[in-house]
Amino acid sequence: MATYKLRTPISEQDVRKLKVNDTLYITGTIFTARDEAHHRALAFHKEGKKLPLDLQGLAVFHCGPIVKKKDDKWIIVAAGPTTSTRMDLFEDEFIKNFKVRVVIGKGGMGKKTTDAMKKHGAVYGAFTGGAAVLAAKAIKNVKSVEWYDLGMPEAMWILEAEDFGPLTVAIDAHGNNLFEDVQKSVETTRQKIYEKLGA
Amino acid sequence: MDEKAIEDVAVKLLRMAVTELPKDVKKALQRAHHEEKSEAGKTQLTAILDNVELAEKTRTPMCQDTGVIIFYVKAGAKVKNLDTIEDALCRATRRATKEIPLRPNAVDPFTQKNSGDNTGRFLPFINWEITSGDSLELTVFPKGGGSENVCALGMLRPGDGVKGLKRFVVDTLIKAGAKPCPPNILGVAVGGGADITMKLAKRALLRPLDKPNPDPELTKLEKELYEAANMTGIGPMGLGGKFTVLGVNVDYAHRHPASYPVAVAVQCWAARRASARIHPDGQVEYLTHEAM
Repeated sequence: MATYKLRTPISEQDVRKLKVNDTLYITGTIFTARDEAHHRALAFHKEGKKLPLDLQGLAVFHCGPIVKKKDDKWIIVAAGPTTSTRMDLFEDEFIKNFKVRVVIGKGGMGKKTTDAMKKHGAVYGAFTGGAAVLAAKAIKNVKSVEWYDLGMPEAMWILEAEDFGPLTVAIDAHGNNLFEDVQKSVETTRQKIYEKLGA
Repeated sequence: MDEKAIEDVAVKLLRMAVTELPKDVKKALQRAHHEEKSEAGKTQLTAILDNVELAEKTRTPMCQDTGVIIFYVKAGAKVKNLDTIEDALCRATRRATKEIPLRPNAVDPFTQKNSGDNTGRFLPFINWEITSGDSLELTVFPKGGGSENVCALGMLRPGDGVKGLKRFVVDTLIKAGAKPCPPNILGVAVGGGADITMKLAKRALLRPLDKPNPDPELTKLEKELYEAANMTGIGPMGLGGKFTVLGVNVDYAHRHPASYPVAVAVQCWAARRASARIHPDGQVEYLTHEAM
């Protein structure tokens, strides 16, 4: 279990060094995208339209932040991760097409995403769910907001972060998935629990 | 009762709820942190407690998902102007959204348009209860989406009985895994009907963790389910460990002979709630938090 500090844009080579259970901190540009922003980004790609920024080597953050405007400047108030499994629908295509290197969220992701991370070189960094004030503390600046018509939580917030973490590498670029490991071991307890409950 | 006073108290309660956990929840998290053996689990609990402390100190929402706004109102039958309370709570929700701020979380399910102020059709949702007397008890219960998405209703067969209920709770929790931000609190209810049992399960989440169930048989069931849940190994944030739940609260209603409805309402670790009693002379008693 090692600790890594990476700066965006992150290279495929750097991301392949990471193993599950490692701790990761990210400095540089991270952007938020939930269901709607994933959907729109992929639609743009399909239509050959340009995205608001080049996503290669960046970290995508599954997050719908609370943001307030003060003197014409956006300030992140609270920005914890949202449940990532919802984005399993799109994440493989997202990684393949845009070459993001880190996916930040909570709760883990499934096999399709794990396979895409292995193939294209990306990792999943788990941030503590609900730890929104800790996350906001590591965000130094809102560079811009794109697609605000999707609403505050679903818009794409482009953020400047400093030592954003700790992220637990829960899916690495070698096909390992920590959440699946826990799930498998949880599954083995089911019968034992039924027995204990007499159920 | 003065409409403006109700609005002000509701805004205050929302601020208390989203920035500071009730003492019983904080204590349960500290205990879990102290006793958790898994390294990954402990790391998560440390981050949770650091975050809780920081949120309280800076009066910032502890989680960016400030939920759908739900109120529980116990209105004394003698309270005047009962018909103005709903409007007062809507205004409070709009104000709190701007002032605290809360994340706008009310979306039209057909147009997908976010209202921007946490109000909309049936939102904020108000649960009414008429009690005797002349005071008004207000509880705010902002409910996050991650844990809401794994709530489950099982229309079991009466022959499945309590055994079926226990299985259903375990299955629901295992299926939920890391998704509802464990350690969770479970509200479990049985009986009534599909809507009634879910309503009871959700309301059971309001009972403080250190307040025992008044029914000793249910206390036993709660303890059994608590131990079962913490045998799964899901652990804090689903990264493995002992503390999958902080508590289980059970309630029930009598059932139809042909039905055995069971509901599991899942609450994330950020179990936010705040209550106050407003007396007819305008005096306000805060029941869950120190007055701010």
